[in-house]
Amino acid sequence: MTTTTIANTDVELNDEGFFVDPSQWSEDMVPELARLEGIEEVTDQHWQVIRFMRAEYQAKGTGPTVRVLGKTSGVSIKELYQLFPKGPAKEAAKIAGIPKPRGCI
Amino acid sequence: MILGGGTGGTLVANRLRRMYTRHQAEIVVVDQNDRHLYQPGLLFVPFGRTGTEGLVRLRPSQFHWGIRFVETVVDNVSIAEGRVHLAKGMVLDYDVLVVASGAVLVPEETEGLTGAGWMEKVFTFYSPEGAAGLARAMSSFEGGRLVVNVVDMPIKCPVAPLEFCFLADWHLRRRGIRRRVELTYVTPLDGAFTKPVASERLGGLLKKKGIELVTEFNTGEVDGAGGRLIGYDGREVGFDLAVVVPLHGGAPYVGRSPGLGDELNFVPTDAHTLQSKAAPNVFAIGDATDLPASKAGSVAHFEGEVLARNVRHFLSTEPLEPGFDGHTNCFIETGFHRALLIDFNYDTEPLPGRYPGSVGLPLLRESRLNHLAKLGFQSLYWHALLPARPVPGIGSTMPVSGKTRAAVGGGKD
Repeated sequence: MTTTTIANTDVELNDEGFFVDPSQWSEDMVPELARLEGIEEVTDQHWQVIRFMRAEYQAKGTGPTVRVLGKTSGVSIKELYQLFPKGPAKEAAKIAGIPKPRGCI
Repeated sequence: MILGGGTGGTLVANRLRRMYTRHQAEIVVVDQNDRHLYQPGLLFVPFGRTGTEGLVRLRPSQFHWGIRFVETVVDNVSIAEGRVHLAKGMVLDYDVLVVASGAVLVPEETEGLTGAGWMEKVFTFYSPEGAAGLARAMSSFEGGRLVVNVVDMPIKCPVAPLEFCFLADWHLRRRGIRRRVELTYVTPLDGAFTKPVASERLGGLLKKKGIELVTEFNTGEVDGAGGRLIGYDGREVGFDLAVVVPLHGGAPYVGRSPGLGDELNFVPTDAHTLQSKAAPNVFAIGDATDLPASKAGSVAHFEGEVLARNVRHFLSTEPLEPGFDGHTNCFIETGFHRALLIDFNYDTEPLPGRYPGSVGLPLLRESRLNHLAKLGFQSLYWHALLPARPVPGIGSTMPVSGKTRAAVGGGKD
């Protein structure tokens, strides 16, 4: 676990870079978090996915998987990979300040 | 009313039948056919060790006397009316509903999977037809790239694709052609398995057996004609023979029943009471739920005890028991007459030690004893698990004694 400063605020990230406490996150951190993931410009479509991840986490206690994102976010899986090339569920979860989506077993 | 007469539906029906006299409760099970398949047996079919016929028994014969079986397709459930709409306009009303209709394969959701090459060089062993077709393909396979791929979680029995890899390695060695085969396991997970200690141990076994591991691969397309798995991120894995575990979903009628299921047609369920989130008089068990537990028969078995008690509490207007702890156990065949056993729950990952106590079966270690127990389990399934007879030493909650938190040992029995 490490403490990092994002948008002039100290936040705790775990070893994989996910927020330890999602309540430390705020929307003004998004551009900086996105840059850490290699995304220079946060488009409206990025925002659509990030807000959707956040709402799903708040409603269900876990972020959606890629498959569920493709079915429910209004953005197809192919487009999701164009937006978040390293893997939409994990990358968008990091930027949305929520834990790693649970790969239910 | 119980929708589905598989593992969970049958054992819950039998438990409830013993709890209530025929005057107190009518118990109805609805299923679309009368063939009960022992699904764990499918793993062995591709290696010619068993046919599919021996894995099937008559569904109604598994029920205790006094359980009504209705063989038909469910169209939808009206939660508001407490009514199940069946095929041909038939309706049945219920006081308590148990959704036990399992998970279905949805290969058509993956681009190209059921296209060119399907059932020729692209197979699944998750259906009797697929397993039988794969047996023919495996017996005539003379070398090349054999790829085992899980498209995405959740799947039934998450260890089965790994077991397939181990058994394929053994099978190819026995045929004397292992050197001519490149065997690769392609998974959407970031390791061999989800839980850290087991993932490390199983990853080590793959390595030892010369099986290549490709992780975080989300299959977007299967090009059967060209022999390629294509990931959404653009990566490709070539194959001569592909064994694919397709996407899973809940029963289609769940999707046609307003308010019952989630986007994948699984039923949102309370993790500890097994009451659905759809309505207080609707419960769910086994693969049909959205719980973060394995989709496996052992889970349905452990859930059954808690669910039956909670149905009784509900009908007696008593508070429900939060009794289910996520208990799961699975035997993992590793070839050469050996198997591993893992035992875990929502909070405790699979750990080494012994099960169910300090003199029991070895956990997370290959042993002949575990292999024999796995083979013997089929008889236990029909004669103890489905009739819901107590199995000595095997309780619904996860045992802690016999387990160690120390580093995983590499010993053998």
